[in-house]
Amino acid sequence: MPTLWHTYLRPKTVEEALQMLAEAGEAAVLIAGGTDLMLDLQQGRHPPVQALVDITEIPELRALEIRGNELFVGAGVPLNRVSASPLVREHAMALAEATGQMAGYQIRNVATLGGNVAHALPAADGAIALLALDARAEVASPQGRRRVPLADLYLGPGRSALKHEEMLVGFWLPLTRQKAASAFRRVMRPQGVALPILNTAVWLAREGDRIAQIRIAVGPFGPVPRRATAAESALCGHAPDEATLNAAVEALLREARFRTSRYRATETYRRHLAGILLRETVGKAWERASGE
Amino acid sequence: MPTITLTVNGTPHTLTVDPGETLADVLRYRLGLTGTKIGCQEGECGACTVEVNGEAVLSCIYPAERADGKSVLTIEGLAQKHDHEFILHPLQEAFVEHGAVQCGFCTPGQIMAAHALLEHNPDPQPEDIHHALKDNLCRCGAYPAIEDAILAAAHGLRTGEPPPPPEIPASAYAGKVVGRPHIRPDAVDKVTGRARYTDDLVFPNMLHAAVRRAEVPHGILRRLDVSKARALKGVVAVMTAEDLPAARNHGVLIDDWPILVGVGERIRYVGDALAIVAAEARAIAQEAASLIEAEIEPLPVLADPLAALAPDAPQLHPSGNLLKHIKVRKGDVERGFAEADVVLEHTFTTPHYDHAFLEPEASVAVPTEDGRMEVYVGSQIPYDDRRQVAAALGWPEERVHIVGQTMGGGFGGKEDIAGQIHAALLAWKTGRPVKLLYDRRESLIAHPKRHATQIRVRIGAKRDGRLTAVQTELYGDTGAYASLGEKVMERATTHSAGPYDVPHVRADCYAVYTNNPPAGAFRGFGVTQSNFAVESLMDMLAERLGLDPVELRRKNALRVGSATSTGQVLRESVGLLECIDRVDAEVRRLSEGADPFAPHPVPGEPHKVRAWGFAAAFKNTGLGGGAPDEATAEVELLPEGLFEVRISSAELGQGLVSVLQLVAAEEIGVEAEGVRVLVMDTDRTPDGGPTTASRQTYVSGNAARMAARVLVSALRSTLAERYDVPPEQIQPQVEGLLLGERLLRWPEVAAEMHALGREPRIRYTYHAPETKPLGEGGDMHFAYAFAAQAAEVEVNTLTGEVKVLRVVTAVDVGAAINPLTLKGQIEGGVIMGIGTALTEHFIVEEGRVVTDRLARYRMPSFEQVPEIIPIVVEHPVSTGPFGGKGVGEIVSVPTAPAITNAIYRAVGVRLDSLPVEQEALLLPIALR
Repeated sequence: MPTLWHTYLRPKTVEEALQMLAEAGEAAVLIAGGTDLMLDLQQGRHPPVQALVDITEIPELRALEIRGNELFVGAGVPLNRVSASPLVREHAMALAEATGQMAGYQIRNVATLGGNVAHALPAADGAIALLALDARAEVASPQGRRRVPLADLYLGPGRSALKHEEMLVGFWLPLTRQKAASAFRRVMRPQGVALPILNTAVWLAREGDRIAQIRIAVGPFGPVPRRATAAESALCGHAPDEATLNAAVEALLREARFRTSRYRATETYRRHLAGILLRETVGKAWERASGE
Repeated sequence: MPTITLTVNGTPHTLTVDPGETLADVLRYRLGLTGTKIGCQEGECGACTVEVNGEAVLSCIYPAERADGKSVLTIEGLAQKHDHEFILHPLQEAFVEHGAVQCGFCTPGQIMAAHALLEHNPDPQPEDIHHALKDNLCRCGAYPAIEDAILAAAHGLRTGEPPPPPEIPASAYAGKVVGRPHIRPDAVDKVTGRARYTDDLVFPNMLHAAVRRAEVPHGILRRLDVSKARALKGVVAVMTAEDLPAARNHGVLIDDWPILVGVGERIRYVGDALAIVAAEARAIAQEAASLIEAEIEPLPVLADPLAALAPDAPQLHPSGNLLKHIKVRKGDVERGFAEADVVLEHTFTTPHYDHAFLEPEASVAVPTEDGRMEVYVGSQIPYDDRRQVAAALGWPEERVHIVGQTMGGGFGGKEDIAGQIHAALLAWKTGRPVKLLYDRRESLIAHPKRHATQIRVRIGAKRDGRLTAVQTELYGDTGAYASLGEKVMERATTHSAGPYDVPHVRADCYAVYTNNPPAGAFRGFGVTQSNFAVESLMDMLAERLGLDPVELRRKNALRVGSATSTGQVLRESVGLLECIDRVDAEVRRLSEGADPFAPHPVPGEPHKVRAWGFAAAFKNTGLGGGAPDEATAEVELLPEGLFEVRISSAELGQGLVSVLQLVAAEEIGVEAEGVRVLVMDTDRTPDGGPTTASRQTYVSGNAARMAARVLVSALRSTLAERYDVPPEQIQPQVEGLLLGERLLRWPEVAAEMHALGREPRIRYTYHAPETKPLGEGGDMHFAYAFAAQAAEVEVNTLTGEVKVLRVVTAVDVGAAINPLTLKGQIEGGVIMGIGTALTEHFIVEEGRVVTDRLARYRMPSFEQVPEIIPIVVEHPVSTGPFGGKGVGEIVSVPTAPAITNAIYRAVGVRLDSLPVEQEALLLPIALR
């Protein structure tokens, strides 16, 4: 096994990290929890690197707090902290549910939400929840900071739109309001890899007996995580009755580009599950929204 | 080189690390804290769990440099030292007392994860434990005991009282020691991290080895270029087939497995070894192996038995592709089917399975100054390792010394040679100690698997359910080499009519070579597969006849006086009916009047449906089939007054050492602590034979018992003479021998013996009752174990997800020797069976292993563990040690069909191949 990395850098601020990336060029790679990257390096899927830039000791990335009228979740917050956070459970239940199910306890103590998004897998549980919650990612680059919609961070399966000299700082989520709630559910294959066959996250706001607003994310929906907008339209403004749900499922299936993944699931099974999970998560979010 | 400063177990360390090093590397190889284990190096198994700043992390994927400035707690830091004595942490104490320790390899990780949990949550509920320890895999399946231990420790920590001990009933046949729950002798070493597994050993000047494997399933090796590997700095030796000093092949039964494939020779599977390398560091050896260039002329891949039996198939071995055609004939099946009112036929398939013991294969070979070779290894057959290593070196067997190490699980997967020969060859070549440690991928690719099978069963019955005939046809994929394939498939075949008294049986089995990884021994030894087939069909028959599934089995169950398919008339110890009755009663009690075998939707969630399923099984104890089955044990009274039992039989986690200890102690008349047991050492322990076929409790147990008996009698007669007391007036006591009125303590007895020039030591060879080869009728085996199980499942009819909720398992064990370790075997067997049914699928495609990581081969975790209700049934074997017989395999055999039968009862879908694919289960439901 060749040496997997030569230098291990531990910046204490975002600016320091950006400078390290800029100086080292392509030879440097960011490491957060490292629970994917370490395996990729050890198993030869990622070529050895000159420098690893460990961003887990940057206080800004570890913050999880209300800022103004938004919830900020630092990109370097470990998943266990996200899922256990009372703030996340109050304002972003789908994210708490998603991060609480990912991998195992020890992995979740180091794996980060930023890593889950940056790894850019089409069905990443954390990213799917963030999409439904309308999160915006804060990206730092040598040119400064910007906030981008989550969907803009993806180029293709496993390909992040983040440039080499950029990094995720955190995620901004709208605070919950009256009669709004979210839910997440996934189905795994017991024999298989730690990737879901399908997952679904839903956020909705109620107005009386109708859904006033809804966001739905399904993974893997296509090559990159994105929202199921046709199903959203089918549900928006309606009561989630059988006819509306049927229409939403139909819309979802028309829009989705499900594929057969060998040893994981066929397209047919995914199409079937998509309807089941949509009904379940809409139902759960609806129920939660009425509890307010 | 980077320098890091970290505190480990309270002690600060400043050390230089290599770039790329992990925290696990630092702890194990720099600080010698080998209690932290590496099971997979993929962040999957949890064995490497330590705490960093109070949080549980996986040290195998934690960069060492990230630990700089942090505080690390490992298993070695849990026990407190007081005046040279270690006071166990309540978690450690509870793990010991509850039998939460089996092979022990996962134990440090389990305890560290539990420790971190209790720091955050002092009063955890069972679901909190399942959640926090989900990624701490235990292949022995000790989860129920682990959960109990954590709950007990939490209680102890909260209240300041010692953790409450478990309540485990004694055997109905308990003696003073035997039959009562005892803590296994190795438990304390395993909970403190002191137990030494092979990779924990370090020798001065030691080299590290790596193997260049073919990675091609079938072909001819045309060219092999090792020049780049030889040129790499740090490489000390590279060996190819040309350098083999003696034997070219190895094999447990048939030596058809090349030690190294030579140029011009045939490659038969991806794991074939082409060259071996020894280097100053493991990473160098691995890099060198990857630099070896092999030119292989590919040949068509024989991917399954049917392809291999095609008339134009290339022949993999000089004897052809058919390893063995195995036949069982009893009565006249044509007549039996003619007499039947109902005849059913169905074909079932099962895939390969991997043992996935958490400790990957490791061997260390050490040349000694007197010209011998020591091989340190965890092996199920130390004397056979000695024979094979000696043959490879061209030495007499006595020049090789196998030194068995604590084993992190075996389950049948450590019977064949893994790295023993390669390490010894490199040690011979270099004159230096050589360690060969497989990584998880190598382990998954190289060692023999459970046979994939295709089994057709035809069954005939009268209207009242009495079986008239069973005919089976089995195809077993024995892979590239023979291993134990012939014997495994023989057992599959002889058990293929189920644990039933059937007048007419005909079974034909074809064990066939293919280009898949070799298949060999795996807990259940073929019976797991054929039991799944016949027990599924029995359930189908019950439905067809409108009979209760339990009643159908009861009607046909083997009992005293029954004849098995091979014509063996059972004379005693047939507890099957009691197993069936007790499971039935328990299931009906739990069902509170409802029909357990009918579907029950969950109130409020009608898409989830529950039902129970039932299955029964038997499994032979011992080699049988005419093979001489013997074990030699030595018992010595040591000067300090302890008795030592010595036998080469293997402790792989199952608890044999505890069995031997109790059996010898009972026989002598001392407490368990008065006996210690030494195993697995070919210089210091006589041959106990292979640890396979659930034979060691019976065969080695009898050897230890008889050696102890003869020793006591020798002590008596010698001292009778010396003290002029009639031998019958000399009585063994706990403290020593009572000579009339006078107590001679054991140390004094030893001293007296030595003074008289008599060694207080006896060696005894126990020969198990003779058995007959298949086809000759009579006793094919000297005993059988029996079991019945019922599983309750919940099927989500919308998604196909399956959960096992409860399992009731009754096992006829003869008589329980150590009820505490027996409980671990029974629960662990069920959990392994759940893996067989639901989570494990070893995928080989065109000879290539798809599931070559633990991440792709899922063994049951805490998430899949149901409530297990164990019932011990005791029908003693008159020739067994204190009535005992084998239990290691039977505990796992009926679980898979009990689960698939339950699924059928819940949702009406018959699954005829394993494992259960939720998609395949859902499809017929969705199409309704």
